[in-house]
Amino acid sequence: MSTPPDAVLPAEAGLREKALYWATHFLQNNWRKLVLFVPFAWLLLFFLAPFYFVLKISLAETTIASPPYTPMIEWVDEGIMHVRLVIDNFAYLWEDDLYVNTYLSSLKISSISTLLCLLVGYPIAYAIVRSSHTTKHILLMLIILPFWTSFLLRVYAWMGILADQGLVNDFIRWLGFEPLRLLYTHTAVYIGIVYTYVPFMILPLYANMEKLDWTLLEAAADLGAKPMTTFATVTLPMTAPGILAGSLLVFIPATGEYVIPDLLGGGNVLMIGRVLYNEFNANIDWPVASAVAIALLLVLVLPMMLYQHVQAKEDGLK
Amino acid sequence: MNGKRSIFLISVLAFGMAFLYVPMLLLILYSFNSSRIVQIWGGFSTKWYGELFRSPEVWDALTLSLKIASVNACFATILGTLAGLALVRFGRFRGRTLFSGMISAPLVMPEVITGLSLLLLFIWLQETIGWPNERGFTTITIAHITFSMAYVAVIIQSRLAGMAQDLEEAAQDLGAKPFRVLTDITLPLLAPGMLAGWLLAFTLSLDDLIIASFVTGPGSTTLPILIYSRIRLGLRPDINALATIIILVVAIGVIVAGYIMLRQQKQRALDMQMSAEKN
Repeated sequence: MSTPPDAVLPAEAGLREKALYWATHFLQNNWRKLVLFVPFAWLLLFFLAPFYFVLKISLAETTIASPPYTPMIEWVDEGIMHVRLVIDNFAYLWEDDLYVNTYLSSLKISSISTLLCLLVGYPIAYAIVRSSHTTKHILLMLIILPFWTSFLLRVYAWMGILADQGLVNDFIRWLGFEPLRLLYTHTAVYIGIVYTYVPFMILPLYANMEKLDWTLLEAAADLGAKPMTTFATVTLPMTAPGILAGSLLVFIPATGEYVIPDLLGGGNVLMIGRVLYNEFNANIDWPVASAVAIALLLVLVLPMMLYQHVQAKEDGLK
Repeated sequence: MNGKRSIFLISVLAFGMAFLYVPMLLLILYSFNSSRIVQIWGGFSTKWYGELFRSPEVWDALTLSLKIASVNACFATILGTLAGLALVRFGRFRGRTLFSGMISAPLVMPEVITGLSLLLLFIWLQETIGWPNERGFTTITIAHITFSMAYVAVIIQSRLAGMAQDLEEAAQDLGAKPFRVLTDITLPLLAPGMLAGWLLAFTLSLDDLIIASFVTGPGSTTLPILIYSRIRLGLRPDINALATIIILVVAIGVIVAGYIMLRQQKQRALDMQMSAEKN
């Protein structure tokens, strides 16, 4: 299909006008392809292609060289190709209790944190939905505002609160009890994750609850259902999509979290994101770090696909 | 709504907001503590602000971070808007599933994986084609664009989905070609969404520590990398001062933006009412 551009080219047009004319012509006829091609190409190159290198290096051996891994394909001589795939890195992860325990510990921490976020976020989302119109806007703004400040500094705030000389322990001492070790414990990590991730739970829950027909609750009450029964049989099933979306938005990134276990958990809390970071930056063991990344990705692929599915369903409803 | 219920709702909100804001208020409070030990109050002082501003490292890191954030925000807004347009307005096309997967995956992908994978790509590119010849501004910006554009695309998608298509259809009926409709109708209508996307991309970039630490090179220290290297060793009053400044700037920005948005909404409601009365 070739439709002429809007502007008509005068006969005596110079080179610049001609170039401009054909550029406009090209854009008018091919813009749909460009709109798709530019972001598609960017993501293929900078999002998808990098995973190939992670996979490739996870199958290599560690060497003391720059870069510190062996090539996968070696040309021995006269065109004989030597393909070297080493699954040792994965076997190493599997056999070493440290890695297996770290994976299990990460999953446990992120699952419990997700549950805690739900327990904290659900009533807040519900209270926002039931507020008046103007209050709703202000409250939503207050939920979103921490997003715009620094994540790192919000975690740092808890370092001060939970420290041995911090506010919580001052209070405990004032009550006359022995101070507790809070910083560099699992408790500190849970608090940190809930504090920083709870908006990710509240916002999808709010979006879901906002669309609900609340008269159904009144109907249930009118028909004699007790509040708990109404909650379990009406509210909970209706808000299930929001719960699922919010939980995935917390669970997936929390599993790979690095900053919170590092700053609030210290050496006591095993999390896979931290191990990956340290293998790479401190131990300079790229193949093991890559193998850890692939293994982490395998754990998260199902929840990610589920999230994708939930999003697609949401879009389809609109 | 009965009284018991509203008391419950109000206390939930009060606890929720206290949970979100008390830690930040404490951060601000202790930035005015003259004692070097952050948690022990030694009297009011603003000396840590002076110390912060006299540190050339802080200025260098801030400048680098702001540069990366603004370039990132512009590219991410363009790419994210294009991606959002393609996903909402192009119907089914080949590779759609892959495309929408690649758009939503960065939102939940653990940062350590994104950072590691991009660094490995950059190293391979450098060995193969000699670009990027050094890691720093360029590599961090590319990495930030890649995840920020996903957030912009989400905003644009939701704006497009919520936008009435009658103006676009009217323009089409009056004979405008699809490209004209895009440039003269759709994009101007999308402008507020694009602005929101730009701001979000800017903040996300300013906030990123992990991806930047993977793809940066020697000598390129962004603000989060600097903050992190300092707080790893413990609490520091100058970091409290920095946190206070960041929180205040953000709070003022969000309040102003919220106020403008609220006024615009009221204005629009008024306009609608007036046009309805005229008819």
